[in-house]
Amino acid sequence: MPELTTIWFWLVAVMFTLWAVLDGFDFGVGVLHRFVARTDTERREVLAAIGPVWDGNEVWLLAAGGSMFLAFPRLLAAGFSGFYLPIVFVLWALILRGVSIELRSHLPSTLWRSFFDTTFMLGSLAVPVLMGAALGNVVRGVPLQASGYFELALFAPAGTPGVLEAYTVLCGVLVLVTLTAHGANWLLWKTGGPVQARVRAVRLPLWLAAIGLWLTTAFFTWRVSPDVFESAFTKPMAWLGLALTLGGAATVVLRRAYERAPFFGGAAFIAGCLVTTVASLFPVVLRAQGGPELSLTVLNASSGATSMRAGLVWWGPGVLLAAGYYWWVMRHFRGKVVAAADGEGY
Amino acid sequence: MADPLLWHRLQFAFTIVYHYLFPQLTMGLALLIVVLKGLALRRGGEQYATAARFWVRIFGLNFAIGVVTGLPMEFQFGTNWARFTQLTGGVIGQTLALEGLFAFMLESSFLAMLVWGEKKLGPKKHFAAAVALFFGSWLSGVFIVTTNAFMQHPVGYLRGADGVFALEDFWTYVLNPWALAQYAHNQMASLVTASFVVTAVGAFWLLRGTHLEQARLNLKVGTTTALIASLAVAFPTGDLQAKLVAEHQPAALAAMEGRFESGRRAEIHLIGQPNVAARRLDNPIGVPAVLSFLAFGRFNAEVVGLNDIPEAEWPTSIELLYYSFHVMVGLGTLFIGLMGLAVLFRWRGWLEKSPWLLWALMLAFPFPYIANTAGWMTAELGRQPWLVYGLLRTVDGASPLVHAGDTAFSLIGFTGLYLVLGLAFLFLIGREVLHGPAGAHAEVTHA
Repeated sequence: MPELTTIWFWLVAVMFTLWAVLDGFDFGVGVLHRFVARTDTERREVLAAIGPVWDGNEVWLLAAGGSMFLAFPRLLAAGFSGFYLPIVFVLWALILRGVSIELRSHLPSTLWRSFFDTTFMLGSLAVPVLMGAALGNVVRGVPLQASGYFELALFAPAGTPGVLEAYTVLCGVLVLVTLTAHGANWLLWKTGGPVQARVRAVRLPLWLAAIGLWLTTAFFTWRVSPDVFESAFTKPMAWLGLALTLGGAATVVLRRAYERAPFFGGAAFIAGCLVTTVASLFPVVLRAQGGPELSLTVLNASSGATSMRAGLVWWGPGVLLAAGYYWWVMRHFRGKVVAAADGEGY
Repeated sequence: MADPLLWHRLQFAFTIVYHYLFPQLTMGLALLIVVLKGLALRRGGEQYATAARFWVRIFGLNFAIGVVTGLPMEFQFGTNWARFTQLTGGVIGQTLALEGLFAFMLESSFLAMLVWGEKKLGPKKHFAAAVALFFGSWLSGVFIVTTNAFMQHPVGYLRGADGVFALEDFWTYVLNPWALAQYAHNQMASLVTASFVVTAVGAFWLLRGTHLEQARLNLKVGTTTALIASLAVAFPTGDLQAKLVAEHQPAALAAMEGRFESGRRAEIHLIGQPNVAARRLDNPIGVPAVLSFLAFGRFNAEVVGLNDIPEAEWPTSIELLYYSFHVMVGLGTLFIGLMGLAVLFRWRGWLEKSPWLLWALMLAFPFPYIANTAGWMTAELGRQPWLVYGLLRTVDGASPLVHAGDTAFSLIGFTGLYLVLGLAFLFLIGREVLHGPAGAHAEVTHA
């Protein structure tokens, strides 16, 4: 049973990480979109760079959520109901973003397109901030009660915990800047011409800001949750995460003459940050402020062994199939994107 | 109004009814697109390919709205129904996780390829993308209906002393007989929606005197499919579903029929208004013994009335449940009549000379949406007051610390957002239908 819960902990963590890495560049592209693309053709070029993949990328969020439902239903129950309003805001932002990219190019009107370009940007901006803040809340801890549930004010005066307070907003900004920089890496790879030139100009400053924010957040994590911070140094997986983060950061900064390498460097940076964080928290999945006995852990939040065993049987084939589809899409989507002249597509 | 449960139920009901307006079309339409593209490959000729292209555009718009309005469904398990999630996640987590990995991955990967990739992929691979979308969307239905079937008729589980459900056997859970009947019934109903929409567009073009060749093709494919699907919704799938309700949810059956007295040779009510306070059906018109026959296969079978069921186990909205059921059955019967007539007229060559029938076919398309919605309302209101039938009450499944104000706020937000979405959607669909098979895109020029 402990082995099963550990396996599922990492499977769910891997799926969330995949979501952050894959959908992450979609969010980044959304944030940059209005700034790096000026004409309609350029805008459609940028949207075409994520059009065929954004939905598949976002499915990792649903697949991760589904797996959390299967393996750690108490975590889903406590986390989603405790963060009720932020989750609703994330939903609205995801809905707005999804329809914006899908409906935008259906009408030639410049007003219609300009409207959806802005809603696309706003949605893409809100999700990383809120998800980053949620992760910050998990690291800082939430006021879990003995029932296993908590409620938390959206914002609160200094000194009392709120969903959005200085530390969690810092986490949100870190995620926003990092994913924006990740989106820039993607556009560097997939676009050319004036769009690529503008992306190239903002890419390195964005990454330097992301790395600076990462160091700042690490410092404040040590101040806010010293035990989480210190436990990172005792866990091999956290060291692996740290190595990924540093290697990724170095690749992003040093390999700037290349078009593809920075993207994979950025992906490693993001994956590394998340792996370090969850490894430091393990076996806790939702940290209680009132003491470790109130925390949700992989053991007390997990479902039954039969369910987790059954899930293990189909999880592998499921992920292999998903990877196969993704490979097939990517194969038909390789090379630089161009906005189709006949108006088909994004 | 201070009761959070009411708001949780209202929000879930609103968001799921709205969401399901889109998948009910796309699941059925996916099958019709596969058929049209298959015909294009086998028989050649532009007309099938043109029709498929038009319907792929409609499909794409519907699918996009279906995807984004589907997100809140998954999330609300955790946000609004946290106790339900905590207690049953060990069982229904299976199908919800399976859906993410097996159905959503398939659909999301191939959607853009289907909608935008025809030139890039060529006819055979593009056909494969259509098959993938069909398969993925119907698989999604399997997982959702199986999840719902556990709530309707729980099987394959163990329950601990703390009330937590755990999976006992994967295959017993997945092969729930309730799920099989409900899935068949639901998929046929989805095909009814899609084929009515295809028929309506054909009738619209014919009445306007535009795109005649495509109009005739749509009418041919639409009416034929609609008749077959309408028949299959009633028999065997609806019949099977009704017998399961009669066997496992007697309180739901009694409320669906507004039946308070128990007895043999139970009559089926065509018309009547349930008067719950007085425990009777007002102004009833019924046919004796038919309910006994439909529910149990014998005219003489005993059908229990609500008087013999404790009030604490009555469905909570008997009036709404009664009308949902009657609207579904009534419309379903009319569908068979209308499409039977349409197929007969088309076969005899009278259809194009009968504008009244074309008008009826054009205006009929909203009714399958109403019938599908009423059908799901019958299933879900009939399940009340339970979340998991007979085991977990709805009141015990809501999030303990989410307040009425939180949910009222989010419901208002969803209403506003969905209103805007709906307007944009209707506008774009109307535009596509007006432009016809060649497509609104064809005359777009870009800066």
